[in-house]
Amino acid sequence: MRGGERMANPILVFCEQRAGRLKRVGLEALGQACRLSKTSSGDVVALVIGSLAGSFTQELADHGASRILLADDPALTHYSPELLTTIVADIARRLEPLAIVMGATAMGKDLAPKLAARLASALLQDCVALEMEADGSLVATRPIYGGKLRAVVKAKKPIMQVVTLRPSVFSPLKRKPTADVFVERLTVSCEATRPMARVRETRQTVEGKKELTEATTIVSGGRGLKGPGNFKLIEELAAALGAAVGASRAVVDEGWRPHSDQVGLTGKTVSPQLYVACGISGAIQHLAGMSSARTIVAINNNPNAPIFKLATYGIVGDLFEVVPLLTEEVKKLKAG
Amino acid sequence: MKLIVCIKQVPATESKLVLTRNGTDIERAGLNFVMNPYDEFAVEEALRIKERLGAEDVTALSLRPHAAQKPEEALRTCLAMGADKAILLSDPAFEGGDSYTTALVLAAALRCLPFDLLLFGKQAVDDDGGAVGIQVAELLGLPHVAVVNKLEVDTQSRCIVAHRQIEGGVEVVEAPLPSLITCQKGLNEPRYPSLPGIMKAKQKPLEIWNRDRIGLEPTAIGVAGAKVNVVRLESPPARPAGRIISGDAVAAVQELVRLLHEEAKVI
Repeated sequence: MRGGERMANPILVFCEQRAGRLKRVGLEALGQACRLSKTSSGDVVALVIGSLAGSFTQELADHGASRILLADDPALTHYSPELLTTIVADIARRLEPLAIVMGATAMGKDLAPKLAARLASALLQDCVALEMEADGSLVATRPIYGGKLRAVVKAKKPIMQVVTLRPSVFSPLKRKPTADVFVERLTVSCEATRPMARVRETRQTVEGKKELTEATTIVSGGRGLKGPGNFKLIEELAAALGAAVGASRAVVDEGWRPHSDQVGLTGKTVSPQLYVACGISGAIQHLAGMSSARTIVAINNNPNAPIFKLATYGIVGDLFEVVPLLTEEVKKLKAG
Repeated sequence: MKLIVCIKQVPATESKLVLTRNGTDIERAGLNFVMNPYDEFAVEEALRIKERLGAEDVTALSLRPHAAQKPEEALRTCLAMGADKAILLSDPAFEGGDSYTTALVLAAALRCLPFDLLLFGKQAVDDDGGAVGIQVAELLGLPHVAVVNKLEVDTQSRCIVAHRQIEGGVEVVEAPLPSLITCQKGLNEPRYPSLPGIMKAKQKPLEIWNRDRIGLEPTAIGVAGAKVNVVRLESPPARPAGRIISGDAVAAVQELVRLLHEEAKVI
């Protein structure tokens, strides 16, 4: 803790951007940091790093950032664990934040452990709940054992804590137009001081494809579809709902869908508002990846399929009949 | 070229988990333990590199996280798959730590061993943290590439080119050796140990290293050194009972859309 003028320690929020676009989970983290700062009474400092084309400052200020730090350098076009760790660690030593919060994205889950090791600080990874005690200690809840249990964990001492938040679990603050936010452009060194990994290229596999872990609605298909060609039904329903397409492990193992579509234990963990499981029986492997969805719809011809135990709404029936009808009804609703 | 694979032994996925009386851990008695599924990709990749490039040897390394666990069994599986030797880090002082103390112990052991490439699974399916491999790299000052689903090793220029899965795409990453990767599904198809492999594994060396062997202060590691404490474990919140919508398909779908729109308010 800083002495003297009793300035409370801030919370630092790393807001990830890729290709000039802020990730929504950064705004979610900012929202949660603002809620926590009611206890800590410190600033909420947003940090954006990259080769920054767009202007993020207004969006960040409107979502609760009281200070904004920008580290802008062409050398930061691609993600670099080493350079980002050095930049964030330098800022952390200067600001002495209670916590460094970021989204549990591919980047966040990579950066946070490295940063925590560099700072010898506590790491709270992939949290679904986060509260602050009076001394600034965080109490975090994180799913373990593939979601079968949750661990409530706490840093031993109120040391600096590095936290990643599961996307789509926390809500951003309602946007409130804010003027007069303090913006600081940092001068950062992008010289490698030790051997480091370099991203040669960032490839989008399918242009315009919705990413599962960021989607608010997901339609998934399983073995009940009987063949890769029938995924057309899933894609049409997904298009009507504006949803991302997921798949069970069975159909990924069959080679019907790429591994990047797999939801479950050896695939992705998702927390959408709506998850529609079509022809998926609900093996524990799959449930581990989607059981935190808010509303679950199951369509399956086997009334004893385990997925119905989890489903908010279920239809026992032939998906080849039900799914196209559902697509039509959704289209009607959206048109109406 | 020397390769070291770091593996963890975890409860099998289908295990029914029961909490200990104080609620901060699971009961290990009676559980079936297996090699962490992602670590199998790491072992397989190391063996393939050895077979392809004629690497000198593959060492499997593990740490006993709890007195009731026998990671020797998972290490024997590595040996049966084709690893040349195994080392188990075992000391009461190592137990009950967090990702940071685990990384400290592994890093201390790895400082005693020659290697060009370290391979980890992308996460252990018990703690689901996905942090230890990355933290070991940081503590050893090595570059890392995490969540790798494609790997090329160039022994001439002593570097690797790895594809790492990110949202909606891949990052193609180059790193000089020595370095560390964490392995994702899709990297390879792990082999099953063959019967001759299982027989041979019994003759292969499996060393046990304690704290004295790697030299670490007991206060820095295990429960004493952990930065994070488990307050309690709990079941995820129960979901409210669901509803099966009956009737013919047309009526059921109309009712479903109505519920999604009016009750759940998700469309």
